[in-house]
Amino acid sequence: MNLLLLIGLPLLTAVAVLLSRNKEQVKWISLLGSMAQLALAFMLFFIFRNERATGNVTQMLFEQNYPLFSSLNINFHFGVDGISVAMILLTSFVVVAGVLVSWNIEKMTKEFYFLLLLLGMGAYGFFISLDLFILFFFLEISVIPKYLLIGIWGSGRKEYSANKLALMLMGGSALILVGILGLYFAAGRSFDIMELSKATVSLSYQHILFPLLFVGFGVFTALFPLHTWVPDGHSSAPTAGSMFLAGISMKLGGYGCLRVATYLLPEGAKEFANIIIILSAIAILYGAFATMMQKDLKYINAYSSVSHVGFSLLGIGMLTQTAITGALMQMVSHGLMTALFFAVIGMIYDRTHTRMVGEMGGLMKKLPFISSVFFIVGLCSLGLPGLSGFVAEMTIFMGSWENTDAFHRIATIAAAMSIVVTAVYILRAIGNTVMGPIRNESYLSLKDAAWNERLAAIILVVGILAIGIAPGWLNDLLRPAAEEIMNRIAGN
Amino acid sequence: MPNVTAIALIPLLPLAGFLLLGLFGRKYLKNSSGIIGTVLLLASTILALYTAYEYFFVYGKVAGVYEKFVPLQLTWLQFSPGVSIDMGLIIDPISVMMLVVVTFISLMVHIYSLGYLKGEERFPTYYSFLGLFTFSMLGLVLASNIFQIYIFWELVGVSSFLLIGYYYDKPSAVAACKKAFIVTRFADLGFLIGILILSFSGGTLDFSTLIERLTSPETNEFKAAAASTFLGASALTWGAALVFVGGAGKSAMFPLHIWLPDAMEGPTPVSALIHAATMVVAGVFLVARLFPIFSVAVPGVLEIIGWVGAISAIVAAIIACTQTDIKRVLAYSTMSQIGYMMFALGVSKYGGESGLGYTASMFHLFTHAMFKALLFLGAGAVIHYVHSNDMKDMGGLRKLLPITHITFLIACLAIAGVPPFAGFFSKEEILLAAYNNNMAIYWIALITSGITAFYMFRLYFNIFWSKELPSYTKATKGKEGGFVMMLPLVLLAIGAAAAGFIPFGEFVSSDGTVLHSHFDLTFSAAPVILGLAGIFTALWLYKKQNDKPAKLATSLGGIYKMAYNKFYIDEIYLFITKNVLFNLIGRPAAWFDKNIVDGLMNLIGNITQSISEGIKKVQSGKVQQYAIYFLGGVIVLAVLFIYIWK
Amino acid sequence: MQPGLYHILFLSAALFFIGVYGFLTRRNLITMLMSIELILNSVNLNFIAFNKYLWPNQMDGLFFTLFIIAIAAAEAAVAIAIIINLYRSHNSIDVENAEDLKY
Repeated sequence: MNLLLLIGLPLLTAVAVLLSRNKEQVKWISLLGSMAQLALAFMLFFIFRNERATGNVTQMLFEQNYPLFSSLNINFHFGVDGISVAMILLTSFVVVAGVLVSWNIEKMTKEFYFLLLLLGMGAYGFFISLDLFILFFFLEISVIPKYLLIGIWGSGRKEYSANKLALMLMGGSALILVGILGLYFAAGRSFDIMELSKATVSLSYQHILFPLLFVGFGVFTALFPLHTWVPDGHSSAPTAGSMFLAGISMKLGGYGCLRVATYLLPEGAKEFANIIIILSAIAILYGAFATMMQKDLKYINAYSSVSHVGFSLLGIGMLTQTAITGALMQMVSHGLMTALFFAVIGMIYDRTHTRMVGEMGGLMKKLPFISSVFFIVGLCSLGLPGLSGFVAEMTIFMGSWENTDAFHRIATIAAAMSIVVTAVYILRAIGNTVMGPIRNESYLSLKDAAWNERLAAIILVVGILAIGIAPGWLNDLLRPAAEEIMNRIAGN
Repeated sequence: MPNVTAIALIPLLPLAGFLLLGLFGRKYLKNSSGIIGTVLLLASTILALYTAYEYFFVYGKVAGVYEKFVPLQLTWLQFSPGVSIDMGLIIDPISVMMLVVVTFISLMVHIYSLGYLKGEERFPTYYSFLGLFTFSMLGLVLASNIFQIYIFWELVGVSSFLLIGYYYDKPSAVAACKKAFIVTRFADLGFLIGILILSFSGGTLDFSTLIERLTSPETNEFKAAAASTFLGASALTWGAALVFVGGAGKSAMFPLHIWLPDAMEGPTPVSALIHAATMVVAGVFLVARLFPIFSVAVPGVLEIIGWVGAISAIVAAIIACTQTDIKRVLAYSTMSQIGYMMFALGVSKYGGESGLGYTASMFHLFTHAMFKALLFLGAGAVIHYVHSNDMKDMGGLRKLLPITHITFLIACLAIAGVPPFAGFFSKEEILLAAYNNNMAIYWIALITSGITAFYMFRLYFNIFWSKELPSYTKATKGKEGGFVMMLPLVLLAIGAAAAGFIPFGEFVSSDGTVLHSHFDLTFSAAPVILGLAGIFTALWLYKKQNDKPAKLATSLGGIYKMAYNKFYIDEIYLFITKNVLFNLIGRPAAWFDKNIVDGLMNLIGNITQSISEGIKKVQSGKVQQYAIYFLGGVIVLAVLFIYIWK
Repeated sequence: MQPGLYHILFLSAALFFIGVYGFLTRRNLITMLMSIELILNSVNLNFIAFNKYLWPNQMDGLFFTLFIIAIAAAEAAVAIAIIINLYRSHNSIDVENAEDLKY
């Protein structure tokens, strides 16, 4: 399968959107394009499984390599392994849902959809790139649209939030760029991940470059204490913007932390693993406690994202195969879950015109569909079995427990404690919004979800259930890829 | 051999009901949803009875011992070679016994609810949640893998949450369902860590393998687990104790019981099913499931279990004497009876005659399910009629609700331990087991049984006797609930009256061998006399409305007040959550994030900005000023180049 | 007396500082432009003088001077165009009124 389709199709859709004449055309073209991306991602998934089933154990499948700038050894090098396939699936789910929930955007519709699709394209490109230069290029492509999405279509303190987000992410990018260049020179003038994974980088370089790369990507994935763009960014962003931000962008960071920082610099990872664990354990608990005090639904989900993403960093820091698999599962799971959460918050906000928990109540009566989805996503967030969050968290716990020393055990227990705190804040949110008596008379005339919102929610719920009820397929997809990473860590 | 399809269908039919009614109930099956749910569960019950018959009388016994069968095991999530979460079905005496209990009680509740919740707007939702609960509970008892039990453990927790919060627009119901979920969740944290410890020690998550490896002192796993210590206790002890914490939370053991009385906010049939007969005994079931590990590997933990059970039994019984909400009385009574089951396990040993406590515990679980479900459904019938939960609003109902009255009386006699009703036999065995092992617990249990008789008959007399011809008789002309509500009462009453004659020890024992129970009249005398004494005290105090109870309450003073306020345990929890969790941790965390972490980021931004503000002044726009700077620069450079860096 | 190199250098230095002084003190843009011309001419003088006295058989200094004259002409044209535009928008050719150009 030609991976360039994954970049070409979104690009084509985006251009088609720019050329279209009216809003209806814009919407339908975007929807068709994103559906096609979804179909393409599924095709990729099944072809990939087939290849693997027929015994093709090459680390990367469907590789393509074209020289771009041969004197500097920069190439268009693409290929996918299980991790990339999982992330691409996630991206395509979120893109479709994001397009659907933005159906009623009135202001500059064309530009809005163009930016959404561009962001999606950046993510696809990022996940299939095997050349650090190209990878960085796609990473940046996905930053700029975010700035505009928040700055133009946002609400509240949108300029402040957009600036903060863009500047912090750019700061992270700067660290990444330095790290990549350092790697380039330290490992003999190559940007190629596959070549770099075989190269030996001296210890002293690893100890310098690893923090640069890990922190750089960590900013994207809300590494404590560089997570402060998350609450502000999310709360100001339009619904689809929040969905893309949490569902896709934060995963770019997690993927980079693993694929670039940990995989290419295993000694550095070992050296700094304990610090990562401490930071992520803090993020998990502290994010959860901070969430407890929030009153704005978007802030609740933003802080809980900090807590949940902490789990995937914790899994990476634990450096066992199971924990890393769990970390990847958590990324996929959190991507779907948080996108759905923001979608639901958006739907509620569109109707009640408030996001304050204290002002709502009894939405179940008039909005049964939205409320049910809210229930499902809340329960997923607190790790209910049968939904995706549980699978990921348990895999991380099982993997973490394989480290037998007291430090890792205590960190695991500390992280596990968050499941109680999560229950507290999720139930508070649910109890005060969808349950309870109706506090505002005007809510009695609210209308339940429209077709586009239903479709978006159903697509994401299906994703959550597919992981939660039968996690085997995701496990089979991620585990061999995690094994490659572990081999590199253990073998060096 | 076990019939896999039949066994698998037992949990899957309620699941089908959940999906069907949950997805299409509200729109398409509004009126038929109750019937659909009930029929599916009827099929499930028949299959469960069939399985029980087949197991106990056809294939289960191999060479005089009831064997454990695992007819189905599917890998659900593989962690590493040998460690995986499997979805399996385990067939052994306790799981088969639980299958019967769960499906039967659930069926009764399904039938009863047809009348009780008639005309409710969310009828289909109610039945779909009942289906979800029944599925989860059956999955829990059939679990062959410790993680599988955890999965279903959480699922019963959430179904309990959903059903307690069924009347979601009542703030008290919302608070109660949150409380129930969070408290049990807290206990589940212990369970989870216990699982991690045990599974890591045993190198497996499979029950059979786990028990095998952790109970025989020769295996490497056992040696490693016993050798590694943390804070003076071995990994095994920690694992077992933490698993018990999970069980204690779900079974509302002291001091994690605070959610159970509040859980009575749910519809009464739900209380009968979940918070009396099935889910709350899951903790007992869990301990029984892992009993070999508890008894062989870490006897110290059994001691803890025994004491926790005994304390819960007596504390709950005392509190129950003072409550006036009839459902709360029953809730504390449930807690007290589960305490009995718990300490019966605590005083038991593994195998042979010394495993009496185990059998007694399971026996009591079985009989308790019958009479407690009956009590709740009876109370439901009363509430349905009176539209109040408070016993002050009741009295003299025996003529108006004759069937309810008789069945309720049977249940009260059963729980009070009056022969020949079911409770007598199971309680007797528990007392005997305690007598043989731990005298202190025996005395607590004996006193508790007297108190139990007292508060149950206090309840009984207050509802059905006490005041004569209350005012509401004219207001509500309706009769006792219809056939669908009375049928379960009668069936359960038969169970509560006759279940004691089942020779339980022949079927369920700690190691599968036959355990013959023998009754000693001299031993039985003490508890029966105490029970009768309790009943007569209640008769004397509450038969007719008088001021004796009030006088008694004032003369007891502080003790009465303490018990009435449930020993202020709720207040302690509230204090901890509000002041410690929210004010001491949550608020500072939020503040810290907003002001310190975010402040740091803003500070960096502000510093950059003020530096640029400073530099901006240089760019004044005055051309001549630039020229002077330029000139000055040239001169300085010239001086430097000419005189200094020659 | 034949004028020597030093005389010419002295003249050009005087011219230069007169130009600088004019540039720094005058507020009229035309006058400032004239001052710049003075500075440029002082440089021209230097070039020619050094060419004549130190390397009389070479032409580099002359060429440079010619370049500067040409460029100065172009520059004056541009500068006057700017000044005219400034006059149209500000009604003044005072340099202090042109400060807002920095925005």
